[in-house]
Formats: sequence, C-alpha cells, structure tokens
Amino acid sequence: MKRNVILAALLCLTAFGCAKKSEDIKVGVYGPFSGGSAPMGVSMRNGVKIAIEEINAAGGVLGKKIVMIDRDDEAKNERGGQIMQELLDKEGVVAVLGPANTGVANASTQYTQQKKIPQIINISAGAKVNEFFATSPENYIFRIAANDDVQSKVIVTQAIKRGATKPALLCDDTNYGQNGREKMEAVLAAAGVKPVYVGKFKLKDTDMTAQLQEAKAAGADVILAYGIGPELAAVSNSLDRISWKVPMIGSWTLSMSNYTTNAGKNGNGTMMPQTFIETAATTPKQLSFIKAYADKFKESPISSAVSAAQGYDSMYLLKLAIEQANSTEGTKIRQALESLNATYEGVTGTYTKPFSPTDHEATKESNVMLGMVQDGKIISSEK
Amino acid sequence: MTEVLQLIISGAIQGMIYALIAFGYNLTFSTSKTINFSLGQIVMLGGVVGYILYIDMQSGHLSGMPFIAPLVAVLIVGVLAGALIHKTAVEPSLKFKSEYTWILATLAVGIIIKNGVEQLWSTGDYKMISPLGDDVIRFGGIGVYAQEILIVIVSLGIVCGVEMFKRRTIYGKAIQAVSEDKATASLMGIPEKLVITISFMMSASIAAIAGLLVAPLTFVSASMGTVLGIKAYSVSIIGGLESGFGPLVGGLILGISETLTARYISTGYKEMPGFIFLIVVILFKPNGLFGKKIIKKV
Repeated sequence: MKRNVILAALLCLTAFGCAKKSEDIKVGVYGPFSGGSAPMGVSMRNGVKIAIEEINAAGGVLGKKIVMIDRDDEAKNERGGQIMQELLDKEGVVAVLGPANTGVANASTQYTQQKKIPQIINISAGAKVNEFFATSPENYIFRIAANDDVQSKVIVTQAIKRGATKPALLCDDTNYGQNGREKMEAVLAAAGVKPVYVGKFKLKDTDMTAQLQEAKAAGADVILAYGIGPELAAVSNSLDRISWKVPMIGSWTLSMSNYTTNAGKNGNGTMMPQTFIETAATTPKQLSFIKAYADKFKESPISSAVSAAQGYDSMYLLKLAIEQANSTEGTKIRQALESLNATYEGVTGTYTKPFSPTDHEATKESNVMLGMVQDGKIISSEK
Repeated sequence: MTEVLQLIISGAIQGMIYALIAFGYNLTFSTSKTINFSLGQIVMLGGVVGYILYIDMQSGHLSGMPFIAPLVAVLIVGVLAGALIHKTAVEPSLKFKSEYTWILATLAVGIIIKNGVEQLWSTGDYKMISPLGDDVIRFGGIGVYAQEILIVIVSLGIVCGVEMFKRRTIYGKAIQAVSEDKATASLMGIPEKLVITISFMMSASIAAIAGLLVAPLTFVSASMGTVLGIKAYSVSIIGGLESGFGPLVGGLILGISETLTARYISTGYKEMPGFIFLIVVILFKPNGLFGKKIIKKV
C-alpha cells in the first residue's frame, strides 16, 4: 500500500515536471567551461545568461520563458559530438548557441544540421558555416563572431599598413591555429608578401625561444600569431627573454584574460581584431551590458569581453527570430534568421538583416575594431 | 654563437628539472624496486600548493606570505604524499603474488590526484610569480631568469646532498644496504620497511619541490606535471634507474636535444631525438648509461 502511494506520488511528480517543462523554450549552450579556453566559454555563457534573464523579465518569448541547458565540452572535439546529441535527443532544445573551439564545432554541427535545429556559433572563428551551403542548401549553422577570413584579413592588413614586409607566422598546432595560418598565408600571398618564417607550437608549451630565434634569424619584422591565451603569453614572455622587440599582431584571443595576466608587461602593445572592447564602450546598450555583467558576476574587466558580448547578442538574435517565426520549429526559425525584419542594436554592433539565405556570417570586416593590450587591459587602437 | 649558447642553456635548465624528478624515481627504485608513477602529479601538487599559498588567485598578485610558508607546506605535502602512496598503493600491491600491480596502483593514485585538483581547485592556467622576480638577467646576449639559476643550484644541491647522505652517513648506508639486498639487510637489523617508506617520502618531497621550482617558468595548472613526469621517467631510463648521478646526464641529453631540434630541425619533432635515444639505450644498455648490471636469480 505504502509503496503504491509513493509510486503514485512519483508519477504525479514526473507528469507535473514534464508539463511544466514543455511550457519553457529550451536553448542549448555549450562551450569550454574548464581548461585553457575556459575564459571564452564561461564569459559567453554569462553573456547568454544576462540576455535570457532580461528577456524573461520582459515577459519571455511567445509568452514562454527561455531556459538555458548548458554543457561543458572541455574543448574536446569528441565531447562536442556527445553533448550535441544529448542536447538534441534528450533535452529537445529548439536552438543551440556556441561553441568556442573550432574542432569542437566541426565535430558537432553535423547533428544540428541533420535535426534541422538552428545553431548560432558565437565564438569559434574557424568552424564551418557558409561552407555548408555547398552540401546542404538548407543550412542551419549561423555565426556571430569574426571568422578566420575576417580576422586574418584584419591582422595582415594592419601589419602591412604598419610597414611590415617580412612577417613571421607562429600558430598553435590545433585545427584553430592551423586554419588561421592557412588563411593568413592566403591573404599575404594575395598582397604579394611572403612570410620569412612559419612555425608552430603545441598547447601547454611554455618556452618559445627556439621558434622565435629562428624567426629572428630569418629577419622577421612582425609576428603574426594564432593560438589561445596561455601559449600566446608564452610567446610574449619568450620574446622578452631573448630581448627581441618586435610587434605582434594576432588572433582575437590575445584579449583573453589568460593572455593579459600571464604575459604581464610583456603583453603591452600586442594588437588583435575585436568585435567588442570593454574600455571603449560608448553606446547605452554597451554600458548597461557591462554594468549588468559586473553586478551579476563581480568581474571587471570581463575575462573574455568579446565572448560575453557575442554570447549576449547571439541570444537576442535568436529571440528576434523566434518571435518573427512565431514558432519554435527549427525550419521556421532558420527562415526567420535569414530574413530578420527587426533591426537589432546589440553590444557588438547594430544588425540589420545580419543573415541572408546565402550568407550566414553576421560579422563583417567593418564590424571589427583593433584592440591593443595595455597594462592588462584591452584598449582601442587606430585601425 | 650567443644564439646557440642561449639554446643550450635553456635546454640544460629544462634538463635539470627532468633530472630532479628522475632522481625521485631512482630513489624509490633503488630501495623497493618499484617506481612511483604518480610522481608527475606530485610535481603538480607541489606547484599548485605553492601557488595557492604564495599568490592571491583573484588578483594574480603576491598574497603577502613569505616564501618560506609555501616552501615548508610543499615539503610537508611531499612527505605525506610519499608516505600515503607507499602505504596505499605500493605496499598492498607487493603483497600480491602478481609482481607488477604497483604499476597500475601508482598510476591510479596519479589520476586521482589530478582529478582531485581539477575538481577542488581549478582547471585553468595561472602565472606563478618567482620569489626572485620575473625579470630576465642578461649575460652578454643570453637571457636567463633568476629562477632558472635557482633551479640549477637546488637540483645539484639535492642530488649531491642525497648522494652524500647515502654514501657517508650510517642512515644512508642503511638505505644502500636495503637496495643491495633486502633480506640480508633485514637480518642485519635494518628496519627494511621503514627505509622503504622513507625513500618514498624523500622521492615525493623532491618531486614536490621540483614542482614549486618550475611553477614560475611554466604555468601552474592541474596538467602541468603529466608531461614532466613522463619525460623524467625516460631520463631515469637513459641515466640508469640504479644510478645516482645518471639522471643528471640523462636530463641534460634530453633537455638540450629538445631545444636544438626545435630550432634547427622543426618544433614538430622537438621530442623525437630524445625518445629515439631512449630506445637506443634500451636496446644496447638496458640498465641505462650509468646503471649497474642486475643479475636476477630465479
């Protein structure tokens, strides 16, 4: 008898739980919340959180609340695939935001594509997005982040503009770094400049003396680097060690806190493309976002401000699309994203028709600013 | 010329770190014929504990504690870890008939330590400030960190000190007696078990000190000890597991070959010559460059 009562109670509970859950709109968020890429993932998740809270406080979307389902991919490619299947099959999310790492993205976007669930990549610069059109004209992958094409163009253009003629390329050996190297080489070739040295390093490497000496011996006058925070900091520290003063321009990840704190004074003057610079915030939207972030997460400066801002904006673009589609059906959201009527004034810029049926990249070269490290902070530099 | 010198010096210092940890492997091997494969994680534990006490994690500045505090704490952690690993992973394994259970048991302890630190502390990378300052000291065109000079002095000091202790003092002779012949030493009244426990404590505290020493040069993270542990193990094999000063030579060979290969061949092949050399040593001198020949009677 007693057991029956308990069983009945449990049944009620699950039934109630399910009923309650179906009222909410689930959005999947995944990224690296631990490890060397963690500042990106955590800041991005925080940005999404702020957006969701604002949206829910203002009445939600289609009268429903948005719930975030977040998973840590640990920057591991295989985790990305597992998480994505869990989000789609078990959690039944209506859309996915993230991730940060190129390898993770490329190992997981096939699932959203198959299930016809829209995904807005809000950090990864190297992940395939428009490349999918060739195989699937109904493309469900979108991006709001300066992709490697945009970044490498900005990096190389700035280097050449500053008088560099003998660049040395130094990239990590991950998908991300090598993708960036290829793109930078292509832009350099188009400008008729040949790199004097192309080197690579592994994750967790802390001494780059050998690579830098080879670059120096080759007569390099600028270092173009592609990697993530800790290793890029090691590059700057090794530059100091061999007392070689050479400008360094690199991937946007040079703005990550684990670059600025680990490189310390050796990081001063390093430049990188940015879609959002905390110290250069001017619009009311940007200022209120920084304030909300500081109040909620007690963090100033934000450990990866670009990720936080892109996370926030990606959530709002998704919200606008769901509203326009008046549905949470994947295909309808995708169509709405491709033809957004509303203009969205976001933290990383103002978006009028950010996506089209043939172009899923919201961030263009004109959206990108140039940031520079100064005493552990990112300031805006002349582009 | 300065360039080559810089590379050789960088490599030699890296090699000294390998040598110090390798020396830890040798200590337990000589007394108990077992190797503590979690030593790399104890290196990490030393770095992390030192970091927690010496640096304020929020701001990344000094916490204001004098350097003696992390130093003592790291030593204590090392001694405790060594005793614990011996008691929980090695001693019970040796009681089984299967001779090599301790390999898996010590590896398991290493994984537990690493995961524990990841869970309880952090998975990020942090910068440890050197107590001697992070500025580069220049000799001509060669840049060296004060910390690196400290590493060389402390490593040589520990290796020479322990070797002297083993050769000149009565307690050291007891350790040597156990390593020569356990049964006879035991019959002669040497507390064999205690000697082995002490060798584990010494080995682990040397590894923990190594962690504290390298922390300002690498970043402090839960994964900082993994690669160091593996490379130090190959240094042990190259130098000879039974040898006292062998690890120093092995360390220099591995460290210098790494930097020279990275510079003149390719960074992608950095680790290759060292490991090729390892295989050559195993093929032609299985007891290492300086190892004694062991005759195992069956």
